Amino acid sequence: MKFAVVVFPGSNCDHDAYHAVKHVLGQDAVFVWHKETSLSGADVVILPGGFAHGDYLRTGAIARFSPIMQEVRRFADARGPVLGICNGFQVLLEAGLLPGAMLRNRSVRFQCEHVFVKVEQTDTPFTLGCRPGQVLKIPIAHGEGNYYAEPAVVERLERNRQVIFRYTTAAGAVTAEANPNGSVNNIAGLCSEARNVVGLMPHPERACELAIGSADGLVVLESAVASVTQRAVAAAR
Amino acid sequence: MRARVFVTLKPSVFDPQGTTVAEALHTLGYATVTDVRQGKYFELEIDARTPEEARRVAAEAADKLLANPVIESYRIEIDAGAGAAASAGVAR
Repeated sequence: MKFAVVVFPGSNCDHDAYHAVKHVLGQDAVFVWHKETSLSGADVVILPGGFAHGDYLRTGAIARFSPIMQEVRRFADARGPVLGICNGFQVLLEAGLLPGAMLRNRSVRFQCEHVFVKVEQTDTPFTLGCRPGQVLKIPIAHGEGNYYAEPAVVERLERNRQVIFRYTTAAGAVTAEANPNGSVNNIAGLCSEARNVVGLMPHPERACELAIGSADGLVVLESAVASVTQRAVAAAR
Repeated sequence: MRARVFVTLKPSVFDPQGTTVAEALHTLGYATVTDVRQGKYFELEIDARTPEEARRVAAEAADKLLANPVIESYRIEIDAGAGAAASAGVAR
């Protein structure tokens, strides 16, 4: 199974994602430069964290014009699994593949710490291996992760069960104190209406080995493998 | 022709940076400053024949790129240059 990790100028978590997929998960991984026009036949696409195009103008605002994004959109439209992590999530928002926008953190600080997020829905390619309500300890590292959408949009997201990850306490309680950046409804991650495009601010790929503090994020990538396998089995029938 | 584009967060959107700047101003003793909203300012040099054409181009640029309609709104001012500005002023 092949994962494509898209590399924008300024991406800096591309190697983290590649390492987690290739060396921890044991799957094939390829880097795809943003000027490419092909995803190299990948089964899963990851838009990694970092500062694509220096975050100039707004986070993700310039990256959405990169040639590869047309291909990512086509892949997403064909129900291919796409995961946007941190800056990758911001790119998905700017590209309109997910609704809403990011504001500066409520603290006005770049926040780099382990947080707890609760898996709210398990019917996406990146959470199907999770237990409903499972709490993951994974790190965040961002200055602009304060998720915002108009109240009507947030209401629709909640009604459609598109909120996939929420900042919580270790016990899974949704509290203001557990919200690191001011995101509306403690939203840490979302999925598209078709559920195959998922974006989240925390970094599951940086939490795949106990040696670096947590392996809780591995289930997100393992879910993608299970999802692609399920799709292949269903297609063969 | 020069278009000046002012991009600001919509009134309904909380502005953490503006709030922080306001607090700093209060620390400096500016108690009369009751609110600060921070935004972005762009100057676009546009090869256009009329102020209307320049405004149309600037509005398109703002819609497609300079502002994010989810959180921001914008305002445009056209500076048609010294001579042209005078006539544009008359027209207004």
